[in-house]
Amino acid sequence: MTADRVNDLIAPGAARVVPQPLGRFAARHLVDRNYRVYRRDWLLFITGFLEPLLYLLSIGIGIEQLVGDFTLPNGSRVSYTEFVAPAMLAASAMNGSLFDATFGVFFKLKYEKVYDAVLATPLRPVDVAVGELVWSLVRGALYAGAFVVVMAVLGLTSSGWTVLAPVAAVVIGYAFAGAGMALTTWMRTWQDFDFITLAVLPMFLFSATFFPLDRYPDGVQWLVQLTPLYHGVVLCRGLTTGAVGVEMLIAVAYLLVMGTVGLLVASRRIGALLLR
Amino acid sequence: MGAQSVEQAAAGPVEAPVEALVEARNLRKSYGALEAVRGIDVTVRRGEAFGFLGPNGAGKSSTMRMIAAVSPASGGSLRVLGMDPGAEGPAIRSRLGVCPQDNTLDSELTVRENLLVYGRFFGLSRAEVARRADELLRFVQLTDKAGSRVDDLSGGLKRRLTVARSLINNPELLILDEPTTGLDPQARHLLWDRLFRLKQQGTTLLLTTHYMDEAEQLCDRLVIIDEGVIVAEGSPAQLIRDHSSREVCELRFGVDDHAGVAARLHHLGERVEVLPDRVLVYAEDGEAVAAAVHEMGLSARSTLVRRSTLEDVFLRLTGRSLAD
Repeated sequence: MTADRVNDLIAPGAARVVPQPLGRFAARHLVDRNYRVYRRDWLLFITGFLEPLLYLLSIGIGIEQLVGDFTLPNGSRVSYTEFVAPAMLAASAMNGSLFDATFGVFFKLKYEKVYDAVLATPLRPVDVAVGELVWSLVRGALYAGAFVVVMAVLGLTSSGWTVLAPVAAVVIGYAFAGAGMALTTWMRTWQDFDFITLAVLPMFLFSATFFPLDRYPDGVQWLVQLTPLYHGVVLCRGLTTGAVGVEMLIAVAYLLVMGTVGLLVASRRIGALLLR
Repeated sequence: MGAQSVEQAAAGPVEAPVEALVEARNLRKSYGALEAVRGIDVTVRRGEAFGFLGPNGAGKSSTMRMIAAVSPASGGSLRVLGMDPGAEGPAIRSRLGVCPQDNTLDSELTVRENLLVYGRFFGLSRAEVARRADELLRFVQLTDKAGSRVDDLSGGLKRRLTVARSLINNPELLILDEPTTGLDPQARHLLWDRLFRLKQQGTTLLLTTHYMDEAEQLCDRLVIIDEGVIVAEGSPAQLIRDHSSREVCELRFGVDDHAGVAARLHHLGERVEVLPDRVLVYAEDGEAVAAAVHEMGLSARSTLVRRSTLEDVFLRLTGRSLAD
């Protein structure tokens, strides 16, 4: 074959290799794209895993010396580290998915114009949104799995429900990735992301992460219960301590609705921004 | 005729190949109050190289985006590959190749990965995509850059990679928006050569350009578009025949008042155009015009006799030059 012909690819009348219909899983090719980029960046993987671990070691084990054991609402007693560890799992699921869905998506949407090229193919805006979301969940699941193993090794889990904790982390990731991606479509500059930091930091500190809900002033408790991270913490803590209850179903419902609404808004907005 | 069509209808739908790959009727595009495309009619037939020639902002890119099924039409009708872009966007896009003006290459991937990943978006298998990627890299002469980062490529190489990417799905229609804008002459000629080969192999090309030499080199047929409307349509040679004289005598005088000089030249040709820096006299015989000017005692600082080009056609039809 000479270099001057694209040979059978382009020849007139040649049998065309008809592309497979992409169907409902077209988004997986965007996941594949992200994986190719990411596998070169192993340092990013290490940091994503280290973050919750460092929090756990400093706040959990460090402060445990000062505050002693805890009694959970169901009456069981746990160490402070056992109390905090699932909250760190929930918080890191939030942070990780937000990172991908906000900074990552903004970079590709506004600077790299990756999606402009993607949308010139059979993929649709919803495939872009789903692809990014799934990718962030895959990453989140890896981190969560690793963190839960560390928790188990350190003896911070006291229930068989723990095996579901990585799933809970994925549900949390779904909620924040969906919402974060939707918000990102309205961002104009990198400075706008300060609003997300502004929302995330108080949530991280005050979602019953470091002390139980009943220690908050009465007038503030309902506010805490409105935040999505609170529900994430409820979910993870219930599973790793074994204090499971009906409030966990509410948490799952809350997070799934949040992620789904975010996902729908994000796909519409991506379409509105790029398919003008 | 009536009886025949009834007969055909009775026989069921006729499976004829779609000869018109693009059919636009009174096609319009508005962005808010701005009307970018103001009712154009275009038919692009299979196998031809069709061009949109016009200055920047004429509505070329807007039209390309509508045809590429990434921008909804604001009015009129549009069929691409016999389908409605509004309803069947993914099906249309699966059979198009698009080379956008600003490349939109994925800078986080290598040269070869750009092709591999893009091919997968069309549902091609990994093996198929790998085979095509290597073949296309050879075609655009980028094989030795396969592992490079996209950011390390020059403008010309990026453009070639974009062309290769647009061919990954073996498109029936290749859309090129300003394919050689911003490239140096050598890079332009190499790209033209590749596009010409594609055309020879039967790929239908649809391109926009504001370079009249590009339009003349590549296009079998073209429309001249200005301010969102088509002002002329035909083959390059036919457009020149219809709208300009055979030759042009370009005269530069050492005076500020080109218009004053031009007034005295009208009888020498079919038409006289005054540009800021020169006067153009359109005539069948440009040399005769040059001689006559000399005889009149007018001393031009420089005289150039040349064939009419699409640039002259554009000037004639819009009163402006393409570079404006």
